[in-house]
Amino acid sequence: MAQLSEGLRRKEFSSVELTSRLLERIEASQPKLNALISITREEALQSAQAADRALASGNATQLTGVPIVHKDIFCTQGIKTTCGSRMLENFVAPYDATVVAKLKSAGVVMLGKANMDEFAMGSSNENSYFGPVQNPWKTGSVPGGSSGGSAAVVAARLAPAATATDTGGSIRQPAALCGVTGLKPTYGRVSRYGMIAFASSLDQGGVIAATAEDAALVLRAIAGFDPKDSTSVERDVPDYVSSLNAPLAGLKIGLLKEFFDKGLDAEVERRIRDALTVYEKLGASLREVSLPNLPLSVPAYYVVAPAECSSNLARFDGVRFGHRCENPRDLMDLYKRSRGEGFGAEVKRRIMTGTYVLSAGYYDAYYLKAQKVRRLIADDFARAFSEVDVLMGPTTPTPAFQIGAKVSDPVTMYLNDIYTIGANLAGVPAMSLPCGFVDGLPVGLQIVAPQFGEARMLNVAHLYQRETDWHSRVPEAYA
Amino acid sequence: MALTAAQIANIAHLARLELTPAEVPVYQQTLSSIFAFVGELERAQTASVDPMAHPLPGLSQRLRPDVATEQDRHEQYQANAPQVAAGLYLVPKVIE
Repeated sequence: MAQLSEGLRRKEFSSVELTSRLLERIEASQPKLNALISITREEALQSAQAADRALASGNATQLTGVPIVHKDIFCTQGIKTTCGSRMLENFVAPYDATVVAKLKSAGVVMLGKANMDEFAMGSSNENSYFGPVQNPWKTGSVPGGSSGGSAAVVAARLAPAATATDTGGSIRQPAALCGVTGLKPTYGRVSRYGMIAFASSLDQGGVIAATAEDAALVLRAIAGFDPKDSTSVERDVPDYVSSLNAPLAGLKIGLLKEFFDKGLDAEVERRIRDALTVYEKLGASLREVSLPNLPLSVPAYYVVAPAECSSNLARFDGVRFGHRCENPRDLMDLYKRSRGEGFGAEVKRRIMTGTYVLSAGYYDAYYLKAQKVRRLIADDFARAFSEVDVLMGPTTPTPAFQIGAKVSDPVTMYLNDIYTIGANLAGVPAMSLPCGFVDGLPVGLQIVAPQFGEARMLNVAHLYQRETDWHSRVPEAYA
Repeated sequence: MALTAAQIANIAHLARLELTPAEVPVYQQTLSSIFAFVGELERAQTASVDPMAHPLPGLSQRLRPDVATEQDRHEQYQANAPQVAAGLYLVPKVIE
Protein backbone atom coordinates (compact mmCIF):
# COMPACT_ATOMS: atom_id res chain seq x y z
CA MET A 1 0.00 0.00 0.00
CA ALA A 2 2.83 2.38 0.91
CA GLN A 3 4.56 1.33 -2.32
CA LEU A 4 1.42 1.73 -4.42
CA SER A 5 0.89 5.18 -2.95
CA GLU A 6 4.47 6.09 -3.95
CA GLY A 7 3.95 4.74 -7.47
CA LEU A 8 0.74 6.75 -7.90
CA ARG A 9 2.45 9.96 -6.80
CA ARG A 10 5.45 9.38 -9.04
CA LYS A 11 3.03 8.73 -11.93
CA GLU A 12 4.51 5.28 -12.55
CA PHE A 13 0.90 4.13 -13.05
CA SER A 14 -2.53 5.68 -12.69
CA SER A 15 -5.22 4.67 -10.22
CA VAL A 16 -7.35 3.52 -13.16
CA GLU A 17 -4.53 1.22 -14.34
CA LEU A 18 -3.95 -0.11 -10.84
CA THR A 19 -7.67 -0.57 -10.20
CA SER A 20 -8.25 -2.36 -13.53
CA ARG A 21 -5.32 -4.68 -12.90
CA LEU A 22 -6.61 -5.63 -9.43
CA LEU A 23 -10.19 -6.06 -10.69
CA GLU A 24 -8.84 -8.52 -13.27
CA ARG A 25 -6.96 -10.40 -10.56
CA ILE A 26 -10.08 -10.50 -8.40
CA GLU A 27 -12.29 -11.74 -11.24
CA ALA A 28 -9.76 -14.42 -12.15
CA SER A 29 -9.48 -15.58 -8.53
CA GLN A 30 -13.21 -15.77 -7.78
CA PRO A 31 -13.86 -19.32 -9.07
CA LYS A 32 -10.96 -20.58 -6.94
CA LEU A 33 -11.07 -18.46 -3.77
CA ASN A 34 -14.60 -17.02 -3.55
CA ALA A 35 -13.10 -14.21 -1.48
CA LEU A 36 -15.64 -11.57 -2.49
CA ILE A 37 -19.42 -11.39 -2.34
CA SER A 38 -19.72 -8.33 -4.59
CA ILE A 39 -17.27 -6.86 -7.09
CA THR A 40 -17.97 -3.15 -7.61
CA ARG A 41 -16.20 -2.73 -10.94
CA GLU A 42 -18.09 0.31 -12.20
CA GLU A 43 -17.93 2.26 -8.93
CA ALA A 44 -14.25 1.36 -8.56
CA LEU A 45 -13.32 2.69 -11.98
CA GLN A 46 -15.30 5.87 -11.37
CA SER A 47 -13.55 6.55 -8.07
CA ALA A 48 -10.19 5.68 -9.66
CA GLN A 49 -10.83 8.31 -12.34
CA ALA A 50 -11.69 10.85 -9.64
CA ALA A 51 -8.53 9.84 -7.76
CA ASP A 52 -6.41 10.35 -10.86
CA ARG A 53 -7.86 13.85 -11.25
CA ALA A 54 -7.10 14.59 -7.59
CA LEU A 55 -3.56 13.27 -7.99
CA ALA A 56 -3.03 15.41 -11.11
CA SER A 57 -4.33 18.55 -9.43
CA GLY A 58 -2.31 18.05 -6.26
CA ASN A 59 -5.38 17.56 -4.03
CA ALA A 60 -4.43 14.04 -2.99
CA THR A 61 -3.95 12.38 0.38
CA GLN A 62 -1.44 9.59 0.88
CA LEU A 63 -4.21 7.07 0.23
CA THR A 64 -5.77 8.72 -2.84
CA GLY A 65 -6.19 6.20 -5.62
CA VAL A 66 -5.14 3.21 -3.51
CA PRO A 67 -7.63 0.32 -3.76
CA ILE A 68 -9.20 -1.54 -0.85
CA VAL A 69 -11.83 -4.22 -0.26
CA HIS A 70 -14.45 -3.77 2.47
CA LYS A 71 -15.69 -6.63 4.58
CA ASP A 72 -19.37 -7.06 3.67
CA ILE A 73 -20.36 -6.13 7.22
CA PHE A 74 -19.71 -2.42 6.52
CA CYS A 75 -22.64 -0.56 5.01
CA THR A 76 -21.85 0.92 1.60
CA GLN A 77 -24.39 3.39 0.23
CA GLY A 78 -26.18 2.15 -2.87
CA ILE A 79 -24.28 -1.15 -2.81
CA LYS A 80 -25.44 -4.53 -1.56
CA THR A 81 -24.37 -5.19 2.04
CA THR A 82 -25.18 -8.81 2.89
CA CYS A 83 -23.19 -9.58 6.06
CA GLY A 84 -22.75 -13.04 4.55
CA SER A 85 -26.42 -13.83 5.16
CA ARG A 86 -29.47 -14.86 3.19
CA MET A 87 -31.30 -12.47 5.52
CA LEU A 88 -29.60 -9.50 3.82
CA GLU A 89 -29.09 -11.05 0.39
CA ASN A 90 -30.83 -8.12 -1.30
CA PHE A 91 -30.13 -5.37 1.23
CA VAL A 92 -28.80 -2.18 -0.37
CA ALA A 93 -27.36 0.02 2.35
CA PRO A 94 -28.92 3.49 2.42
CA TYR A 95 -25.78 5.07 3.94
CA ASP A 96 -22.04 4.55 4.34
CA ALA A 97 -20.45 3.21 7.52
CA THR A 98 -18.12 5.80 9.07
CA VAL A 99 -15.11 3.61 8.21
CA VAL A 100 -16.24 3.51 4.57
CA ALA A 101 -16.98 7.25 4.48
CA LYS A 102 -13.58 8.12 5.95
CA LEU A 103 -11.68 6.00 3.45
CA LYS A 104 -13.83 7.34 0.62
CA SER A 105 -13.06 10.91 1.57
CA ALA A 106 -9.35 10.03 1.73
CA GLY A 107 -9.64 9.00 -1.93
CA VAL A 108 -9.43 5.23 -1.39
CA VAL A 109 -10.97 3.14 -4.18
CA MET A 110 -13.37 0.33 -3.15
CA LEU A 111 -12.97 -2.77 -5.34
CA GLY A 112 -15.71 -4.84 -3.75
CA LYS A 113 -17.11 -6.49 -0.63
CA ALA A 114 -15.33 -9.37 1.06
CA ASN A 115 -16.92 -12.70 1.91
CA MET A 116 -17.30 -13.50 5.60
CA ASP A 117 -18.95 -15.83 8.09
CA GLU A 118 -22.62 -14.93 8.39
CA PHE A 119 -23.03 -11.95 10.74
CA ALA A 120 -19.33 -12.40 11.63
CA MET A 121 -20.08 -15.60 13.54
CA GLY A 122 -17.49 -18.19 12.73
CA SER A 123 -13.79 -19.04 12.64
CA SER A 124 -13.54 -20.68 9.22
CA ASN A 125 -15.67 -18.71 6.76
CA GLU A 126 -17.75 -21.87 6.28
CA ASN A 127 -20.82 -20.09 7.69
CA SER A 128 -21.22 -17.75 4.71
CA TYR A 129 -24.50 -18.03 2.78
CA PHE A 130 -22.36 -17.27 -0.29
CA GLY A 131 -20.13 -20.32 0.18
CA PRO A 132 -16.79 -20.88 1.90
CA VAL A 133 -13.60 -19.01 1.04
CA GLN A 134 -10.50 -21.04 0.20
CA ASN A 135 -7.16 -20.40 1.86
CA PRO A 136 -4.89 -19.03 -0.92
CA TRP A 137 -1.99 -21.06 0.51
CA LYS A 138 -3.76 -24.40 0.18
CA THR A 139 -7.00 -25.29 -1.55
CA GLY A 140 -9.21 -27.26 0.81
CA SER A 141 -8.00 -25.38 3.89
CA VAL A 142 -10.00 -22.69 5.64
CA PRO A 143 -8.86 -19.06 5.49
CA GLY A 144 -10.09 -18.53 9.07
CA GLY A 145 -12.98 -16.31 10.02
CA SER A 146 -14.99 -14.38 10.30
CA SER A 147 -12.94 -11.97 8.11
CA GLY A 148 -11.81 -14.88 5.91
CA GLY A 149 -12.52 -13.03 2.65
CA SER A 150 -10.56 -9.97 3.79
CA ALA A 151 -7.54 -12.10 4.76
CA ALA A 152 -7.64 -14.15 1.54
CA VAL A 153 -7.86 -10.95 -0.55
CA VAL A 154 -4.68 -9.59 1.01
CA ALA A 155 -2.84 -12.95 1.00
CA ALA A 156 -3.54 -13.39 -2.73
CA ARG A 157 -2.60 -9.75 -3.35
CA LEU A 158 -6.00 -8.95 -4.83
CA ALA A 159 -5.86 -5.67 -2.89
CA PRO A 160 -3.17 -4.17 -0.65
CA ALA A 161 -5.56 -4.02 2.31
CA ALA A 162 -9.06 -4.90 3.41
CA THR A 163 -11.24 -3.67 6.23
CA ALA A 164 -12.29 -6.28 8.76
CA THR A 165 -13.94 -6.63 12.16
CA ASP A 166 -12.98 -8.54 15.29
CA THR A 167 -15.41 -9.64 18.01
CA GLY A 168 -13.47 -12.66 19.31
CA GLY A 169 -10.52 -12.91 16.92
CA SER A 170 -12.16 -12.36 13.52
CA ILE A 171 -9.32 -10.14 12.27
CA ARG A 172 -6.31 -11.83 13.89
CA GLN A 173 -7.23 -15.49 13.39
CA PRO A 174 -7.79 -15.27 9.59
CA ALA A 175 -4.73 -12.98 9.28
CA ALA A 176 -2.68 -15.70 11.00
CA LEU A 177 -4.09 -18.53 8.89
CA CYS A 178 -3.53 -16.59 5.64
CA GLY A 179 -0.07 -15.22 6.46
CA VAL A 180 -0.97 -11.53 6.55
CA THR A 181 -0.96 -8.71 9.11
CA GLY A 182 -4.18 -8.09 11.04
CA LEU A 183 -4.90 -5.30 13.51
CA LYS A 184 -7.77 -5.14 16.00
CA PRO A 185 -7.76 -1.69 17.63
CA THR A 186 -8.83 -0.80 21.16
CA TYR A 187 -12.59 -1.03 21.71
CA GLY A 188 -13.98 2.42 20.85
CA ARG A 189 -11.00 3.53 18.72
CA VAL A 190 -12.74 2.98 15.37
CA SER A 191 -16.38 3.93 14.87
CA ARG A 192 -18.91 1.09 14.74
CA TYR A 193 -21.49 3.26 12.94
CA GLY A 194 -22.72 1.36 9.90
CA MET A 195 -20.87 -1.79 10.92
CA ILE A 196 -23.62 -4.39 11.29
CA ALA A 197 -23.72 -5.26 14.99
CA PHE A 198 -22.97 -8.72 16.38
CA ALA A 199 -21.89 -8.21 20.02
CA SER A 200 -21.76 -4.50 20.74
CA SER A 201 -19.47 -4.57 23.78
CA LEU A 202 -16.88 -6.61 21.86
CA ASP A 203 -17.13 -5.61 18.16
CA GLN A 204 -14.31 -3.50 16.80
CA GLY A 205 -13.43 -2.54 13.23
CA GLY A 206 -9.88 -2.76 12.00
CA VAL A 207 -7.72 -3.73 9.06
CA ILE A 208 -5.93 -6.59 7.38
CA ALA A 209 -2.92 -5.61 5.25
CA ALA A 210 0.33 -7.09 4.03
CA THR A 211 2.46 -5.13 6.51
CA ALA A 212 2.25 -3.29 9.80
CA GLU A 213 3.16 -0.10 7.93
CA ASP A 214 0.11 -0.48 5.70
CA ALA A 215 -2.06 -1.29 8.70
CA ALA A 216 -0.80 1.95 10.30
CA LEU A 217 -1.71 3.93 7.18
CA VAL A 218 -5.26 2.58 7.17
CA LEU A 219 -5.75 2.85 10.93
CA ARG A 220 -4.68 6.51 10.82
CA ALA A 221 -7.44 7.10 8.26
CA ILE A 222 -10.27 5.21 10.01
CA ALA A 223 -9.62 5.85 13.73
CA GLY A 224 -11.13 8.71 15.68
CA PHE A 225 -14.17 10.03 17.47
CA ASP A 226 -17.56 9.66 15.81
CA PRO A 227 -20.62 11.26 17.41
CA LYS A 228 -22.76 8.64 15.61
CA ASP A 229 -21.29 5.80 17.71
CA SER A 230 -22.16 6.18 21.39
CA THR A 231 -19.16 4.07 22.46
CA SER A 232 -16.67 5.93 20.25
CA VAL A 233 -13.90 7.42 22.37
CA GLU A 234 -13.11 11.15 22.31
CA ARG A 235 -9.36 10.96 22.12
CA ASP A 236 -6.79 12.24 19.62
CA VAL A 237 -5.48 9.86 16.99
CA PRO A 238 -1.69 9.66 17.10
CA ASP A 239 0.32 9.47 13.88
CA TYR A 240 0.75 5.70 13.79
CA VAL A 241 3.07 5.98 10.78
CA SER A 242 5.66 8.42 12.14
CA SER A 243 6.41 6.29 15.21
CA LEU A 244 6.92 3.01 13.31
CA ASN A 245 10.72 3.09 13.53
CA ALA A 246 11.17 3.95 17.21
CA PRO A 247 13.89 1.71 18.70
CA LEU A 248 12.85 -1.30 20.77
CA ALA A 249 15.76 -1.28 23.22
CA GLY A 250 14.38 -1.78 26.71
CA LEU A 251 11.02 -3.07 25.49
CA LYS A 252 9.56 -5.48 28.03
CA ILE A 253 7.72 -8.37 26.39
CA GLY A 254 5.51 -10.62 28.46
CA LEU A 255 5.07 -14.18 27.25
CA LEU A 256 1.58 -15.33 28.01
CA LYS A 257 2.08 -18.47 30.03
CA GLU A 258 -1.47 -19.65 29.36
CA PHE A 259 -0.87 -19.47 25.59
CA PHE A 260 2.06 -21.87 25.63
CA ASP A 261 -0.08 -24.68 26.94
CA LYS A 262 -0.73 -28.27 25.97
CA GLY A 263 -3.15 -27.27 23.21
CA LEU A 264 -0.41 -25.49 21.25
CA ASP A 265 0.99 -27.31 18.22
CA ALA A 266 4.72 -27.97 18.81
CA GLU A 267 5.76 -26.68 15.38
CA VAL A 268 3.70 -23.50 15.80
CA GLU A 269 5.40 -22.98 19.16
CA ARG A 270 8.82 -23.29 17.50
CA ARG A 271 7.99 -20.52 14.98
CA ILE A 272 6.80 -18.27 17.81
CA ARG A 273 9.96 -18.92 19.84
CA ASP A 274 12.03 -18.08 16.74
CA ALA A 275 10.21 -14.76 16.41
CA LEU A 276 10.89 -13.98 20.04
CA THR A 277 14.64 -14.37 19.50
CA VAL A 278 14.39 -11.67 16.80
CA TYR A 279 12.95 -9.34 19.44
CA GLU A 280 15.74 -10.20 21.84
CA LYS A 281 18.25 -9.22 19.16
CA LEU A 282 16.40 -5.92 18.79
CA GLY A 283 17.04 -5.20 22.46
CA ALA A 284 13.79 -6.36 24.03
CA SER A 285 13.67 -8.46 27.18
CA LEU A 286 11.34 -11.41 27.65
CA ARG A 287 9.63 -12.59 30.79
CA GLU A 288 6.80 -15.00 31.42
CA VAL A 289 3.57 -13.56 32.75
CA SER A 290 0.51 -15.41 33.91
CA LEU A 291 -3.09 -14.35 33.36
CA PRO A 292 -4.71 -16.98 35.58
CA ASN A 293 -8.30 -16.30 34.51
CA LEU A 294 -7.57 -16.39 30.78
CA PRO A 295 -8.54 -20.07 30.38
CA LEU A 296 -12.10 -18.97 31.19
CA SER A 297 -12.19 -16.46 28.33
CA VAL A 298 -13.80 -18.81 25.79
CA PRO A 299 -16.69 -19.88 28.08
CA ALA A 300 -17.20 -16.25 29.23
CA TYR A 301 -17.26 -15.11 25.61
CA TYR A 302 -19.75 -17.78 24.58
CA VAL A 303 -22.20 -16.37 27.10
CA VAL A 304 -21.61 -12.63 26.59
CA ALA A 305 -21.35 -12.64 22.77
CA PRO A 306 -24.47 -14.76 22.08
CA ALA A 307 -26.44 -12.73 24.64
CA GLU A 308 -25.61 -9.50 22.83
CA CYS A 309 -26.16 -11.19 19.46
CA SER A 310 -29.64 -12.39 20.39
CA SER A 311 -30.55 -8.83 21.27
CA ASN A 312 -28.89 -7.16 18.24
CA LEU A 313 -30.33 -9.63 15.74
CA ALA A 314 -33.86 -9.11 17.03
CA ARG A 315 -34.04 -6.23 14.52
CA PHE A 316 -34.31 -8.71 11.64
CA ASP A 317 -38.06 -9.18 11.75
CA GLY A 318 -39.02 -9.55 8.08
CA VAL A 319 -40.90 -6.25 8.22
CA ARG A 320 -38.57 -3.31 7.63
CA PHE A 321 -35.73 -4.92 5.67
CA GLY A 322 -34.27 -8.32 5.01
CA HIS A 323 -35.76 -11.67 4.08
CA ARG A 324 -39.51 -12.27 4.41
CA CYS A 325 -41.13 -15.69 4.20
CA GLU A 326 -43.87 -16.48 1.64
CA ASN A 327 -47.55 -16.19 2.64
CA PRO A 328 -47.29 -15.59 6.41
CA ARG A 329 -50.41 -16.72 8.31
CA ASP A 330 -50.06 -14.06 10.98
CA LEU A 331 -47.45 -11.75 12.47
CA MET A 332 -45.87 -14.45 14.67
CA ASP A 333 -45.58 -16.79 11.69
CA LEU A 334 -44.01 -13.96 9.68
CA TYR A 335 -41.36 -13.34 12.35
CA LYS A 336 -40.56 -16.98 12.96
CA ARG A 337 -40.39 -18.23 9.40
CA SER A 338 -38.60 -15.13 8.06
CA ARG A 339 -35.92 -15.52 10.74
CA GLY A 340 -35.83 -19.32 10.54
CA GLU A 341 -35.26 -19.17 6.77
CA GLY A 342 -33.08 -16.02 6.69
CA PHE A 343 -30.50 -17.06 9.27
CA GLY A 344 -28.03 -19.91 8.86
CA ALA A 345 -27.41 -22.73 11.34
CA GLU A 346 -24.65 -21.08 13.40
CA VAL A 347 -26.42 -17.73 13.67
CA LYS A 348 -29.55 -19.50 14.93
CA ARG A 349 -27.41 -21.44 17.39
CA ARG A 350 -25.94 -18.23 18.80
CA ILE A 351 -29.31 -16.48 18.97
CA MET A 352 -30.75 -19.43 20.89
CA THR A 353 -27.72 -19.63 23.19
CA GLY A 354 -28.13 -15.93 23.94
CA THR A 355 -31.88 -16.19 24.39
CA TYR A 356 -31.40 -18.98 26.92
CA VAL A 357 -28.68 -17.29 29.00
CA LEU A 358 -30.77 -14.13 29.23
CA SER A 359 -34.01 -15.92 30.09
CA ALA A 360 -35.64 -15.83 33.51
CA GLY A 361 -33.94 -18.17 35.96
CA TYR A 362 -30.68 -18.43 34.02
CA TYR A 363 -29.60 -14.79 33.82
CA ASP A 364 -27.63 -14.80 37.09
CA ALA A 365 -26.08 -18.22 36.60
CA TYR A 366 -24.83 -17.54 33.08
CA TYR A 367 -24.92 -13.92 31.99
CA LEU A 368 -24.08 -12.15 35.23
CA LYS A 369 -21.48 -14.78 36.07
CA ALA A 370 -19.82 -14.34 32.66
CA GLN A 371 -19.75 -10.56 33.11
CA LYS A 372 -17.97 -11.07 36.44
CA VAL A 373 -15.45 -13.43 34.90
CA ARG A 374 -14.96 -10.84 32.16
CA ARG A 375 -13.90 -8.35 34.83
CA LEU A 376 -11.42 -10.88 36.29
CA ILE A 377 -9.88 -11.34 32.83
CA ALA A 378 -9.69 -7.59 32.17
CA ASP A 379 -8.02 -7.15 35.59
CA ASP A 380 -5.50 -9.85 34.65
CA PHE A 381 -4.54 -7.88 31.53
CA ALA A 382 -4.26 -4.63 33.52
CA ARG A 383 -1.98 -6.33 36.05
CA ALA A 384 0.21 -7.76 33.28
CA PHE A 385 0.55 -4.35 31.62
CA SER A 386 1.82 -2.86 34.88
CA GLU A 387 4.82 -5.17 34.46
CA VAL A 388 5.39 -5.38 30.69
CA ASP A 389 4.86 -3.16 27.62
CA VAL A 390 3.32 -5.75 25.31
CA LEU A 391 2.24 -9.37 25.54
CA MET A 392 3.14 -11.97 22.94
CA GLY A 393 2.14 -15.47 22.04
CA PRO A 394 0.63 -17.46 19.18
CA THR A 395 -2.51 -16.18 17.46
CA THR A 396 -3.91 -19.68 16.93
CA PRO A 397 -3.08 -23.12 18.36
CA THR A 398 -2.60 -24.69 14.90
CA PRO A 399 -2.22 -23.58 11.27
CA ALA A 400 -5.26 -23.61 8.95
CA PHE A 401 -7.42 -26.73 9.24
CA GLN A 402 -9.34 -28.53 6.51
CA ILE A 403 -12.68 -27.25 5.28
CA GLY A 404 -15.34 -29.43 6.91
CA ALA A 405 -13.10 -30.68 9.73
CA LYS A 406 -14.84 -28.84 12.57
CA VAL A 407 -18.30 -27.95 11.29
CA SER A 408 -20.20 -30.57 13.21
CA ASP A 409 -18.86 -29.69 16.65
CA PRO A 410 -19.34 -26.03 17.59
CA VAL A 411 -17.32 -26.22 20.82
CA THR A 412 -14.24 -27.50 18.93
CA MET A 413 -14.70 -24.66 16.45
CA TYR A 414 -15.07 -22.12 19.26
CA LEU A 415 -11.75 -23.23 20.77
CA ASN A 416 -9.93 -21.89 17.69
CA ASP A 417 -10.27 -18.47 19.24
CA ILE A 418 -8.78 -19.50 22.57
CA TYR A 419 -5.82 -17.09 22.21
CA THR A 420 -7.68 -14.17 20.69
CA ILE A 421 -10.87 -13.76 22.74
CA GLY A 422 -9.16 -12.35 25.85
CA ALA A 423 -8.24 -9.10 24.05
CA ASN A 424 -11.88 -8.54 23.08
CA LEU A 425 -13.17 -9.14 26.59
CA ALA A 426 -10.59 -6.67 27.96
CA GLY A 427 -11.05 -4.23 25.05
CA VAL A 428 -7.30 -4.02 24.40
CA PRO A 429 -5.68 -3.76 20.93
CA ALA A 430 -3.97 -6.78 19.40
CA MET A 431 -2.31 -7.81 16.14
CA SER A 432 -1.25 -10.90 14.28
CA LEU A 433 1.90 -10.97 12.13
CA PRO A 434 3.17 -13.73 9.86
CA CYS A 435 6.19 -15.42 11.49
CA GLY A 436 6.82 -18.59 9.49
CA PHE A 437 5.22 -21.69 8.03
CA VAL A 438 4.34 -25.22 9.10
CA ASP A 439 3.87 -27.65 6.19
CA GLY A 440 3.36 -24.75 3.79
CA LEU A 441 0.73 -23.03 5.93
CA PRO A 442 1.38 -19.70 7.66
CA VAL A 443 1.77 -19.16 11.41
CA GLY A 444 0.81 -15.95 13.21
CA LEU A 445 2.55 -14.19 16.09
CA GLN A 446 0.15 -12.26 18.30
CA ILE A 447 1.03 -8.97 19.98
CA VAL A 448 -1.32 -7.53 22.59
CA ALA A 449 -0.93 -3.97 23.92
CA PRO A 450 -2.60 -1.87 26.63
CA GLN A 451 -5.71 0.16 25.70
CA PHE A 452 -4.86 2.85 23.11
CA GLY A 453 -1.36 1.41 22.71
CA GLU A 454 -1.74 0.94 18.93
CA ALA A 455 1.22 3.21 18.06
CA ARG A 456 3.68 1.21 20.16
CA MET A 457 2.16 -2.09 19.00
CA LEU A 458 2.54 -1.13 15.33
CA ASN A 459 6.10 0.01 16.01
CA VAL A 460 6.87 -3.36 17.62
CA ALA A 461 5.33 -5.17 14.65
CA HIS A 462 7.06 -3.01 12.02
CA LEU A 463 10.54 -3.54 13.43
CA TYR A 464 10.03 -7.31 13.30
CA GLN A 465 9.01 -6.96 9.65
CA ARG A 466 12.18 -4.94 8.95
CA GLU A 467 14.19 -7.93 10.18
CA THR A 468 12.18 -10.72 8.54
CA ASP A 469 10.46 -11.34 5.22
CA TRP A 470 7.56 -13.62 6.20
CA HIS A 471 5.11 -10.79 5.45
CA SER A 472 6.33 -10.52 1.85
CA ARG A 473 5.77 -14.20 1.01
CA VAL A 474 2.95 -14.73 -1.49
CA PRO A 475 1.31 -18.06 -2.43
CA GLU A 476 2.81 -19.32 -5.68
CA ALA A 477 -0.46 -19.16 -7.61
CA TYR A 478 -0.79 -15.44 -6.83
CA ALA A 479 2.83 -14.28 -7.04
CA MET B 1 -26.86 -30.74 31.05
CA ALA B 2 -29.03 -32.21 28.32
CA LEU B 3 -31.81 -30.08 26.88
CA THR B 4 -35.08 -31.72 25.89
CA ALA B 5 -36.82 -31.20 22.55
CA ALA B 6 -39.50 -29.24 24.42
CA GLN B 7 -36.87 -26.89 25.88
CA ILE B 8 -35.41 -26.30 22.41
CA ALA B 9 -38.89 -25.52 21.10
CA ASN B 10 -39.41 -23.03 23.92
CA ILE B 11 -36.05 -21.29 23.33
CA ALA B 12 -36.78 -21.13 19.59
CA HIS B 13 -40.19 -19.61 20.34
CA LEU B 14 -38.68 -16.96 22.62
CA ALA B 15 -36.10 -16.22 19.89
CA ARG B 16 -38.83 -16.08 17.22
CA LEU B 17 -37.19 -18.78 15.13
CA GLU B 18 -39.09 -21.46 13.25
CA LEU B 19 -37.10 -24.69 13.35
CA THR B 20 -37.61 -27.63 11.02
CA PRO B 21 -38.15 -31.04 12.69
CA ALA B 22 -34.67 -32.05 11.50
CA GLU B 23 -33.06 -29.03 13.21
CA VAL B 24 -34.44 -29.80 16.68
CA PRO B 25 -32.19 -32.78 17.57
CA VAL B 26 -29.13 -30.95 16.16
CA TYR B 27 -29.72 -27.97 18.42
CA GLN B 28 -30.59 -30.26 21.32
CA GLN B 29 -27.18 -31.86 21.02
CA THR B 30 -25.08 -28.78 20.20
CA LEU B 31 -26.71 -26.40 22.69
CA SER B 32 -26.36 -29.04 25.41
CA SER B 33 -22.65 -29.31 24.71
CA ILE B 34 -22.29 -25.50 24.65
CA PHE B 35 -24.01 -25.15 28.04
CA ALA B 36 -21.86 -27.94 29.47
CA PHE B 37 -18.81 -26.07 28.17
CA VAL B 38 -19.78 -22.63 29.51
CA GLY B 39 -20.66 -24.32 32.80
CA GLU B 40 -16.91 -24.14 33.51
CA LEU B 41 -17.56 -20.56 34.60
CA GLU B 42 -18.97 -21.95 37.84
CA ARG B 43 -15.50 -22.64 39.17
CA ALA B 44 -14.46 -18.95 39.06
CA GLN B 45 -14.50 -17.19 42.43
CA THR B 46 -16.62 -14.10 41.77
CA ALA B 47 -18.30 -13.36 45.10
CA SER B 48 -16.92 -9.81 45.41
CA VAL B 49 -16.54 -9.03 41.69
CA ASP B 50 -18.60 -6.39 39.92
CA PRO B 51 -20.01 -7.47 36.56
CA MET B 52 -18.35 -5.80 33.57
CA ALA B 53 -20.71 -4.67 30.80
CA HIS B 54 -18.16 -3.04 28.49
CA PRO B 55 -14.40 -2.55 28.40
CA LEU B 56 -14.09 1.23 28.72
CA PRO B 57 -13.77 2.40 32.33
CA GLY B 58 -15.64 5.64 32.99
CA LEU B 59 -17.63 5.49 29.77
CA SER B 60 -21.08 6.98 30.11
CA GLN B 61 -23.71 7.56 27.49
CA ARG B 62 -23.20 10.91 25.82
CA LEU B 63 -26.09 13.33 25.44
CA ARG B 64 -26.58 15.63 22.47
CA PRO B 65 -28.72 18.70 21.90
CA ASP B 66 -32.32 17.72 21.20
CA VAL B 67 -32.39 18.81 17.58
CA ALA B 68 -33.29 16.87 14.46
CA THR B 69 -30.20 15.67 12.60
CA GLU B 70 -31.80 13.23 10.19
CA GLN B 71 -33.64 14.17 7.05
CA ASP B 72 -36.76 12.39 5.91
CA ARG B 73 -35.43 9.51 3.84
CA HIS B 74 -38.28 7.08 4.29
CA GLU B 75 -38.51 6.28 0.59
CA GLN B 76 -34.87 5.25 0.49
CA TYR B 77 -35.21 3.20 3.67
CA GLN B 78 -38.43 1.57 2.57
CA ALA B 79 -36.84 0.53 -0.72
CA ASN B 80 -35.36 -2.32 1.34
CA ALA B 81 -38.68 -3.34 2.90
CA PRO B 82 -40.37 -6.55 1.73
CA GLN B 83 -43.83 -4.93 1.48
CA VAL B 84 -44.77 -1.25 1.59
CA ALA B 85 -47.83 0.75 0.59
CA ALA B 86 -48.45 4.49 0.91
CA GLY B 87 -45.29 4.92 2.97
CA LEU B 88 -46.38 2.23 5.44
CA TYR B 89 -44.82 -1.16 6.20
CA LEU B 90 -47.31 -3.95 5.57
CA VAL B 91 -47.72 -6.96 7.86
CA PRO B 92 -50.44 -9.61 8.15
CA LYS B 93 -53.59 -8.47 9.90
CA VAL B 94 -52.90 -8.03 13.64
CA ILE B 95 -56.25 -6.74 14.98
CA GLU B 96 -59.43 -8.66 14.15
